[in-house]
Amino acid sequence: MFIVEMQSITKRFGDLIANDHVNFELQKGEVHALLGENGAGKTTLMRILYGLYHPDSGVIKVKEQPVVIHSPKDAIHLGIGMVTQHFALVPPLTVAENVVLGYQNSFVLDQNQIEESVTEAARRFGLEINPKAIVRHLSVGQRQRVEILKALYRNAEILILDEPTAVLIPQEVEALFETLNRLKQEGLSVIFISHKLHEVTQITDRVTVLRDGKVVGTVNTADVTQKELAAMMVGRETFGVTRSKATSETAAQKPMLELINLCANDDKNLPVLKNISLTVFEGEILGIAGVGGNGQKELAETICGVRQPTAGSIRVDGRDVTGKSPSELTQSGLGRIPEDRHEGMVVHLSVTDNLVLEHLDEFTRNGVLDHKAIRQYASELIQKFQIKAKPNDITRTLSGGNMQKVLLARVLARQPKVIIAPQPTRGLDIGATDYVRQQLLEQRQRGAAILLISEDLDEILALSDRIAVIYEGEIVGTLPAAEATPERLGLLMSGAVKEH
Amino acid sequence: MEVFLVNLIAATFRVSTPIVLAAIGETYSERAGILNLGIEGIMYFGAFVGFLIADKSGSLWLGLLMAILSGIVFGLLMGFFTVTLGVNQHVSGLGITLLHTGLTLFTFRLFYGGRSTPPSIPSFQTLNILQNNPILGPILSQYWLTYLTFLVIVPLAWWILYRTNFGLKIRSVGENPEAVDAAGISVPAVRYAALAIGGGLMAAGGAFLSLFQLGAFTHGIISGRGWVAIAIVIFGNWHPVRVMLGGLIFGGTFALQLRLQAMGLQLPVPYETFLALPYVVTIIALVIAGRNASYPAALLKPYRRE
Repeated sequence: MFIVEMQSITKRFGDLIANDHVNFELQKGEVHALLGENGAGKTTLMRILYGLYHPDSGVIKVKEQPVVIHSPKDAIHLGIGMVTQHFALVPPLTVAENVVLGYQNSFVLDQNQIEESVTEAARRFGLEINPKAIVRHLSVGQRQRVEILKALYRNAEILILDEPTAVLIPQEVEALFETLNRLKQEGLSVIFISHKLHEVTQITDRVTVLRDGKVVGTVNTADVTQKELAAMMVGRETFGVTRSKATSETAAQKPMLELINLCANDDKNLPVLKNISLTVFEGEILGIAGVGGNGQKELAETICGVRQPTAGSIRVDGRDVTGKSPSELTQSGLGRIPEDRHEGMVVHLSVTDNLVLEHLDEFTRNGVLDHKAIRQYASELIQKFQIKAKPNDITRTLSGGNMQKVLLARVLARQPKVIIAPQPTRGLDIGATDYVRQQLLEQRQRGAAILLISEDLDEILALSDRIAVIYEGEIVGTLPAAEATPERLGLLMSGAVKEH
Repeated sequence: MEVFLVNLIAATFRVSTPIVLAAIGETYSERAGILNLGIEGIMYFGAFVGFLIADKSGSLWLGLLMAILSGIVFGLLMGFFTVTLGVNQHVSGLGITLLHTGLTLFTFRLFYGGRSTPPSIPSFQTLNILQNNPILGPILSQYWLTYLTFLVIVPLAWWILYRTNFGLKIRSVGENPEAVDAAGISVPAVRYAALAIGGGLMAAGGAFLSLFQLGAFTHGIISGRGWVAIAIVIFGNWHPVRVMLGGLIFGGTFALQLRLQAMGLQLPVPYETFLALPYVVTIIALVIAGRNASYPAALLKPYRRE
């Protein structure tokens, strides 16, 4: 029996077709993955099912009855619960208050009574949590548990989880999967939105793959390999980037970025970078590996002039640029791909505005912006970097991958001599990740010196010519890529050994 | 000295009443995520409507009722701008204040012309409890609305916000409207309700001045009390009881400076210095308390489903 049937659902946002005649069927008691890249229409489809969007056309049936879902209230009534990526919790309230919010008809709120009933529900569903705890004080994993409990407390029989593992650490993911398996045994039907293949193959019974708003197909998880799913997801067979041999292994290597005994303090004014000395040569990618929080963020900020060094110096193409402002650094040939996409641009402005934001001076005539030149320049970049957006689209509405393309276009169009790339693919799906990596390799081919800072060891190994490991603000070793094995890097990253 | 203190305490409650009423009204609004800068105008209009109706009908009660009703209507208007249309809250709030100031002055001219002395009416009288006690007598000699404010409206606001499901919705909608929406509750409905209650209380605060304390309407009747109430809400960290304490501190210094002026002390500073005292105290209190202020997270943000 299908507990949910969505037939020929179409949803447009302006010119964009987010869902194009999508068919989706959920069986009772299964975990069903909605797999697709960012922007494939997974979340839109589920927001329709939860009543947050209204479809332009199509039919929804719940328990074989055609229904019209106007709002989340209707969805809750039909036994549908949704845990969104950004939790719909009120941080200053207690767990119990969050769980009962909107689900009590009495005027008076009896704290003891709601705490008891929430405790009782938590026990019944095996989601142990202290009902008196303030949500603000909970870990991300615990908050997610509150969200699931909230849905189940409202007697949800269908649970939608939107990228539930994106914010969890591995142990929390394990716990979540255990919970889901148990709830499944009790008859809960789960829709699991994801773009992570290994999780999909681990937890789900069936998979529906979406691409560009259309259904590519629905398959039994047991019948497919990760590779096949990936092919369905992006529409091609192969992945990964291939790296050519280093361009200039001749002796004439020119140092483009030099860090000499660089030191800096963190926001609490404690030393966070300790005597960092690194050189990145022309046509080279130097990877900085390390466990998150060992000074990577501060290193990028210091090189880019956002954080002032307390000692040491920075040279770009032989010129000392220590203490220069970010805009002076841009002038001297440094390009920075910001770590946080939302910090790196003004998301309320259009794609065009964001593309020229860093060099408005060049598009100014007599103090007035030259809109014609700006438009032309932006159109060129949009085409060249294959950004799936119109020049006047508000950047906020773009998918993560397209936002990153806007940032890349802005930085790379300047042909910088040195590129600082902290976490350039974090949060991107496979297609966009490949694209970003390919672009970095092309820049290297062009002769740029690239400092790649990443917590993803696979990324470091796939792209770097040399690899330096950072641990507690120190470079504890630098290896040529050919000599770097994950084991050797792992030892360095854990701080167990130093190699100089 | 004893008489001085007794009178000071009595005056403190009297002076604080309109501020506390308005500040509690603002607390409801801001807890729901709407900064209602229309407060000054709503108080002004409330003071005028109350006076006008009382004067023309001869009923103080009808005047007060109509004042509160006007506050509710303009609280809802604020809701229409900020909730339904999603207009910037600062702009709509200041717009409402400007509108009311103009509307009040215009209507006043229509009814009373350009006379030099303000029109007056017999006002509500104070309740006289324990009249013969030299200490409690003067302190307890207050207007019934003062009693209602401190004994009912403030505790009730606390109870509603923290002990009812309606209050839970107000607090939630001011922190994370997405959560409220996802829980199947109408965000606009909660915000409109909070703004209506808030507007009613603000107008009652204005009418207290014209119908109780003065029995008259003057152009400078509110003179910034609405803005002070906004500061007091921040000082009180959006908690009704602490907001009330903030109102009392302001009222206390206001009453004190009046008395210092009246004492005619020969001081090397001009009397305007005393006039400024309550505002200076408010600023200092705000600077101290404001550092730890925990603003409702969704304050000023219109809610739209993405």
